[in-house]
Amino acid sequence: MISTSTTVTRADFEKQTGWHIKPEGACWGERCIPLPEPVSEPIDLAAISTHLSMPLVHDEEAGLWALGPESGGTALMTAQAADLMLPDWRNETFSLSSLRGKKVLLIAWASW
Amino acid sequence: MWQELRNELHPKGLEIVTIGLDANVEAARDVISTNPPEHPSLIDQQHVLGALFGVVNVPSGIWIDEQGMIVRPPEPAFPKPSPLLDAPIPEGLPDMVREMLQEAKKIKAEPELYVSALRDWVERGSESAYALPPDEVIERSRPRPIEEATAAAHFELGEHLHAQGNVERAAHHWREAHRLHPENWTYKRQAWSLADPVQGPTDLYEGSWLGDVRKTGAENYYPPLDM
Repeated sequence: MISTSTTVTRADFEKQTGWHIKPEGACWGERCIPLPEPVSEPIDLAAISTHLSMPLVHDEEAGLWALGPESGGTALMTAQAADLMLPDWRNETFSLSSLRGKKVLLIAWASW
Repeated sequence: MWQELRNELHPKGLEIVTIGLDANVEAARDVISTNPPEHPSLIDQQHVLGALFGVVNVPSGIWIDEQGMIVRPPEPAFPKPSPLLDAPIPEGLPDMVREMLQEAKKIKAEPELYVSALRDWVERGSESAYALPPDEVIERSRPRPIEEATAAAHFELGEHLHAQGNVERAAHHWREAHRLHPENWTYKRQAWSLADPVQGPTDLYEGSWLGDVRKTGAENYYPPLDM
């Protein structure tokens, strides 16, 4: 996720990364990682970066921070699919969870 | 491209969702609008499929069951053989483009195996040998060392800056993404294509499509399907 400051709101963090802050820790689906202290608003990017092994890259010139995905394991740490939310080609928001109950084949392609 | 297979398998309970990994949204929209499919067709400007699922090349397919569980992680997915394979290379092309087409013809794809496995899963669900248990899905997904997670952060910064028109600074982060995760073709081809439509060598980036494919070996461009 991209941020213009070293802190982000919990809502933004959850929406952008797919992680959810719960009493038991930071959770991705049913998988939770305990946090050493309760998370206060706003979320400190450096602290959450350390706890969740998510690299934090700072571009001083542009005044931006980027928080990468969790590292140290595999790209999928659970088989539960992320709730992918993306715009369709007509710019309508589409949520993968709207297809629950159907089998889904996701196909990544590109114009390039 | 997937509409035909969707016509066949949608009545049996499968939905296909195509996702264009394109920092240039208009480029993806132009392709889609020439032949709009009936299935959802999304645009992923930030390549979030890389961070969320471990997609590193296109086309990649991911199977998700009725409960929202991934039953096959990203793998090369073709609905039919590429028409490029049998088409003769036209005369009079610039040398680099001709050489690119020659290399592209050596790239291996396995559409028959992929589509027969897909049909089996749609028919038999969790009884299909191709539907993997959760542990195997996780194990088969790509390892993610700190370098590759950092590359994802750099790629996202690059995309953000590129969208703001800061091409130079975007290239700085994309070069970092390429250095940290050289096996990621979506990071490389995205950046190259924005600097040069045929993804040739430029001053902005070290690699190019032809050079990098030759280095990797066209036959290794996609991993073989492990069905």
